[in-house]
This record gives sequence, structure tokens and C-alpha cells, in this order.
Amino acid sequence: MTKKKAKTMSRKLAKVQTKATIKKKSRTSKMGTAKSSKKGASKKGGSFLFESLLELIRRTSAEIPDDVQKVILEALEREEKNTTAEYAMTIIKANIELAKKKSQPLCQDTGTVLVYVSHPQNFDQLGFSETFKKAITAATKKGYLRQNSVNSVTGKSEPTNLGPGHPVIHFHQHKKNHVEVKLMLKGGGCENVGAQYSLPYAPIEAGRDMDGVRKVILDAVVKAQGQGCGPGVLGICIGGDRGSGYVESKEQLLRKLHDKNPDPVLATMEADIVATCNKLGIGPMGFGGKTTLLGCKVSYQHRVPASFFVSISYMCWAFRRQGISLGSNNSIKNWLY
Amino acid sequence: MKKLTYPFSVEQVRSLKVGDMVSISGKLFTGRDAVHKYLHEGNPSPVQLKNQIIYHCGPVVLKDEKTSKYRVVAAGPTTSSREEPYQWQVIRDHGIVGVIGKGGMGPKTLKACQEYGCVYFHAVGGAAQVLAEKIKSVDGVHLEQFGPPEAIWELTVEDFPVVVTIDSHGNSLHKNVLETSQQKFDEILKSQKSHH
Repeated sequence: MTKKKAKTMSRKLAKVQTKATIKKKSRTSKMGTAKSSKKGASKKGGSFLFESLLELIRRTSAEIPDDVQKVILEALEREEKNTTAEYAMTIIKANIELAKKKSQPLCQDTGTVLVYVSHPQNFDQLGFSETFKKAITAATKKGYLRQNSVNSVTGKSEPTNLGPGHPVIHFHQHKKNHVEVKLMLKGGGCENVGAQYSLPYAPIEAGRDMDGVRKVILDAVVKAQGQGCGPGVLGICIGGDRGSGYVESKEQLLRKLHDKNPDPVLATMEADIVATCNKLGIGPMGFGGKTTLLGCKVSYQHRVPASFFVSISYMCWAFRRQGISLGSNNSIKNWLY
Repeated sequence: MKKLTYPFSVEQVRSLKVGDMVSISGKLFTGRDAVHKYLHEGNPSPVQLKNQIIYHCGPVVLKDEKTSKYRVVAAGPTTSSREEPYQWQVIRDHGIVGVIGKGGMGPKTLKACQEYGCVYFHAVGGAAQVLAEKIKSVDGVHLEQFGPPEAIWELTVEDFPVVVTIDSHGNSLHKNVLETSQQKFDEILKSQKSHH
């Protein structure tokens, strides 16, 4: 966990808090040295990149990370007995156990495939992308992923599960010698209830200050009701432009649920949003009940004077994210969540 | 827990009320965005939907290469509100008596449920494995050209767990929860204002 380490602002948190344990590592990592062969890194002798990525996809789709499971079980305990809210949470618990046991998707909507790659310099991004795409197509054939890529112009569903913007790949260079790959599968139901507000927002008199920010966040949760498969988790970015704000709000979802925001103002806000939303009575699936949110993660970016956006990404309870750090030969060295 | 068993009828669903936990056994037809748009445009349904239940679901289905048989790997509900513009008409014109989905539906569907005798059942969103286990067989697939998530899959289920959130008597849990949460939100806004 982060503790006092992060003096950088919260936007850096996701990267800081999953700090890998291994520092010393062979410089001969295939991903580190591959000089962009179009064949992709897995074709290089002895690389297990394809296998590692396929396993990352399987596990992300079938297993909920420990930090999320913990808060789900706490939420189940909180709900009143013999209510539809408790019933929903009981089914959610059973589903988590069953998906893991059967190694099958937690949710049939295996979502937008979002991958975040942190790598050292001289890393072969093209090779990685190509291998990752192959892993997606293979995972789709195996039923870890649904055929989920639709051509927006023709309406045709793409059997390879690939296409422009599918998957979404973010590369980020870091100073460590090894590669870390984080994967998030974000279903359409929760993506649809995401929102971006431009302050001031007149309908609820939300001004250009932190009070205004709080108001629009609560507004988004009320508008979402049960449609995002709550109880959910919010990832929020205050500021930025329309594009960068949404990207950052999603990256907040890479943080572990029990971490603490190093920025005290944002840490207070995160706790307040969860507590306040849980008083709204929307509850699991919108059935009414005590748990509307499982967590809230807030970050900020600077803005230009004329713009003040608040970008809100909603993650469903079926919070599918995992990560791996790669060893030499690109085998899985350890799991990040 | 109430039981609803195939063949379904208007009389059966009229006896259900908001808040009832129901276990459904029998036939379901999946149908989501593409199917609803298709039916709304006046195209004929490839299957007889009278007294049937439509399930808003885009399953993960695998085909066994050898036997050509389908197997549903994951099958939870999808968000129903996207069908709100079309659902009332599908209820009216095709005589369906049940809709299964998640997230609830709006006033048009509520009115159609009351008028024609139909119920909205809420399945637990994201519970794709628990729900897929209740599917005993895949009996057919129609409109396959829409792609696997959007096609009509004909399924037989046993003890499929749902909650009635819109009944055929004008009641909607979604309407109630929206109203009470909106009211609480208004109170929060007021108290936030008074801090200054």
C-alpha cells in the first residue's frame, strides 16, 4: 500500500500503489529488447507473451479481484435479511464463486477491453499490440470473452472481436526494468451510466467549485439508479479536457478499493461520496437498500480557465480488473491484484 | 418464492405483484436491441411470441464443432431501458406476458404491462453464471445475422430466479426508488446550500 510514499498527486496513485516487488531483473527481457518485428514478441524465441496475456484475460473475466470481493461480502452483511436487496447480494456472491469454479465469464458482457501497459524504454509496442490482439481472438473462441466488437457504421459484429478502438491499449513508460500489464473489462451497462458534466451545471445549481463537483457526482449516481449494475464503484476526474478527463476517470478504477488517496481533500471527498450515496436508498440493482456504492476514487487534472469538466466512470459490481508483471520470457511473474 | 411454470398465461402474471421473488421454469426467448428495433419496424417475428417471455440478454454461446450443438457459457440480463421506446409495442402486437431484464423500464412499458397483462422481471445484472446454470437446453436460434449477442436464442430454463419490479397493476419499484432517492438528493442539496 502507498502510505506516505506518494507525494505526487492522486493521478499517479494507480501506478504507485501496485509497485512491483522485484527491482532487479535480467535486462534481456524479450519485451524490453525486441526491436519491433512485425510478427510480434511471442514469435521471438522462448517468449510466453501470448500465453501470459491469454491467462490474464481468462482470469480477469472469471475472477473478481480480492479487494472488490471483500467489499461485496461486507455489503451483503449490511443488507437487511429477507429483502430483495439481500437476495440480489446473495446471488452476486454465488455468481462470484461459480464463475471462478467454472472458469467462465462472471458477466456475459465481457465489455470494452482496456489494457494499460507500463514498460521500460525500448519496448516493442507494435509487437505487444499484435500479440494482445491475437490473445483476444483466442480468448473469444474459448468463451472467456463474448464476440463484442460491433462495426458502428454497418452494425456487423466482428468474429475476431477486434476493430478500430477494440481493444483500447494505453502504453506508459516507467523506470522499472520489467513490464506490467493491467487489464480491465468494462461492461456496457455501467459504461452507459458514466457522465461528464460541464460546470456550472444549472439544473442543480452546481457551481465551479468543489461543492459543485460534489453535486454533479451525486446527480450522476441518482440518474444511474440500478442501471449500472450497482452497487458500483466511481472513478472520477475533476478537470482535464473532455477526452483526458474520461481516460483519467477510468484509470482511477485501477486503484485498489481500500487504498487511501494521498491528497487529504480528495480522500475526504471519496469517503463522503460513498457515505452520502449509501443514504440515497437506491441499493443493489436499484431494488432499494443500504449499499449503492462500494467505492469512489477521485483524481484531478488541470483545466483551462474556460472549461471545468467533471468526468465520472461507473464500474459495476462485476468489477473485472487484473494485472500481471512479466518475468523474463514474458511469463507471468506475479499477479498485481 | 413464487413459481411460474410454462405454458405462461396472462392470468398467471396478473397474480404477481411488485417485490415478489419468482422462480421461472419453461421457455424463454432472448431479444435485445437489434430484435426490438426489428420488430418495431414491423418485421414479422420468426417465432410465435404469444404468451411467451422475452429475456433482454446477449449470451456468450459456444458451438460444439462436432455435434453442432450450442452451449450457453454466460447469460445475465442486459440493460432494459434501451428497449423502452419499443417494448410497449412488442407487448401489444406480439402478446408477450413477461419481460426479463435489468435496470427497470419506464412509463410506456409500465402502461403496456397494465393494459395488456405483462410483467417485468428483474434478474440480477452481472450474475451470468448463476443464470446460465439455470438454462437446461438451447432449443433454437433465430435472426442469427444480428450476431450471437443480438440473435433470438430459444432457451429452456429451470428455476430461473427473478424479482417482479413492474407488475400488471400499475406498480413499479423503479418509479418508487427513483422518487425516494430523488427526494433524498433534494434534501442533501438543500443542506449543502445551507452550509454556506
